Amino acid sequence: MSLSADSGQAIVLTLQLAAITTLILLLLATPIAWWLARTSSRWRGVIIALITLPLVLPPTVLGFYILLSLGPDGWIGNLTQSLGIGLLSFSFTGLVIGSVIFSLPFAVYPILYAFEMLGRRPLEVAATLRANPLDAFFSVALPLAKPGLLTAAVLTFAHTVGEFGVVLMIGGDIPGETRVVATQLFGYVEAMEYEAAHRLAALMVAFSFVMLIALTRLRKRAGAALP
Amino acid sequence: MSAPSILLQLALQRANFHLAIDVNVPSRGVTVLFGPSGSGKTTVLRCVAGLERASGRIANGDEIWQDDQRQIFVPTWQRELGYVFQEASLFEHLDVRRNLEFGLNRLRIERQAARAALDEVIELLGISGLLDRSTVNLSGGEKQRVAIARALVTKPKILLLDEPLASLDIARRKEILPWLERLHRELQIPVIYVTHSLDELARLADHVVMLDQGRVSASGKLQDICTHPIMAMAAGDEAGVVIESTIQRIDREFHLAEVGFGNGTLWVRDGGVPAGAPIRVRILARDVSLATNAQSSSTIQNVISGVIESITSEVHASQALVSVRCGEAVLLSRVTHRALATLQLREGSPVWCQVKSAALID
Repeated sequence: MSLSADSGQAIVLTLQLAAITTLILLLLATPIAWWLARTSSRWRGVIIALITLPLVLPPTVLGFYILLSLGPDGWIGNLTQSLGIGLLSFSFTGLVIGSVIFSLPFAVYPILYAFEMLGRRPLEVAATLRANPLDAFFSVALPLAKPGLLTAAVLTFAHTVGEFGVVLMIGGDIPGETRVVATQLFGYVEAMEYEAAHRLAALMVAFSFVMLIALTRLRKRAGAALP
Repeated sequence: MSAPSILLQLALQRANFHLAIDVNVPSRGVTVLFGPSGSGKTTVLRCVAGLERASGRIANGDEIWQDDQRQIFVPTWQRELGYVFQEASLFEHLDVRRNLEFGLNRLRIERQAARAALDEVIELLGISGLLDRSTVNLSGGEKQRVAIARALVTKPKILLLDEPLASLDIARRKEILPWLERLHRELQIPVIYVTHSLDELARLADHVVMLDQGRVSASGKLQDICTHPIMAMAAGDEAGVVIESTIQRIDREFHLAEVGFGNGTLWVRDGGVPAGAPIRVRILARDVSLATNAQSSSTIQNVISGVIESITSEVHASQALVSVRCGEAVLLSRVTHRALATLQLREGSPVWCQVKSAALID
């Protein structure tokens, strides 16, 4: 089974997007989840609702608002223009921003759950053994939350690979810049190229299946069953 | 220079709980915080460690850990203490050895000194066979021994134990108690031990602070606290005294050991402890009866003369708790008021204490 050059390009772009998004989200979601797990702030509920919003909103609605804010009259657009970067709508960077927002709940929730399961005890023990709070976070909290971090990474990656509405809204469909597997597939179907569409679609099914098996394996090795 | 003791002045107001204590804990030996659940024992211990914050002052000798007036609050990780939680709470992502090394790696000491410290606690708690095991499949008693070793390896200036046996079944408690008694004999640092178990109190305490509803109801040396009316009330049926003494000789024929006591001696069951060894004997008030003469034709062989020091009425109107001074030691006896009236016993009366049973506990 051979793939067309277009499909190949779309696959590479998709993997790049998913990898970068996963990396950014792990760095972003971990401190957010840590704060949410430990705070008693009255803003907690509001922040959780904000993070959960991408889960319930239609992707096109989300994409529409991200497009507006990235555009020449949007606040991100204004910022990037004044910084001399130009506009990020219909660019790969814009796509990364959209993906990060779109997949935020998929990264925050597993990590938050892991931190909450941890409780305060391991950190109290660490403190009585002379570990300062930062040390305790890295040497105790993070290793013990590893199953949650793995789940977050896999879910984010898979979710980003599968996104369509947001990509179409803010990225358009520019080959090599914003044309990912999902939009490429849509393009094939529009053009009635069912042969190429089949190959790409089958590949996506296989990929998702392998990802889920990998997740189970990883979590088992990290010492936890599936949630 | 402040006195070398541990100062605890704490106040805390919560919805259904008010804590207000001001007590000095000796800087040597084991001090047991004793009281029913909800009396604030664990809260006090957590405040000492800085895991919870009440208002007031906490000082361990010259080191001030908290002083609200001077706005001092040293965070837990900067307090040189060891803490053993009710559940062992070992780090599950580390094996036994790495659990032990966790605190050690955070001290600025040389490798050789660290190595020696590690070997010392491994020997002290007998866990050399567990080092490469995962923490998950240790027994409850083994986990708690590792937890104690982990707390001691940093050479803390005080060891805090929060009901370390409470989450274990009776068999596991029996397995770990000898190790705690060994700590009691060998550790040079002060220990604060939280428990509601009279058995642990009798075995391990040198000093006792009794807590009731967030307040100190009595405090003092173990021997003094045992005969304190509040303790006798709290102990109920288990009221009694603990005698610290040595074994003078062993009667091999009848498997008995003779223990020096007051102005006489006491025969107890030989528990294999050699002559000359320091031991503790616990004598319950319900096992001591009083007589006005030294009866010789009785199965009770332990008869000690003394003078009635005080008589306290007990929870039940019929019963009295009599404390009898026998030389340097004091015995408690539970008798009925009618018996006291019939024998015309009052404070100052000379009596013979018949000790039906005395248990060697150390």
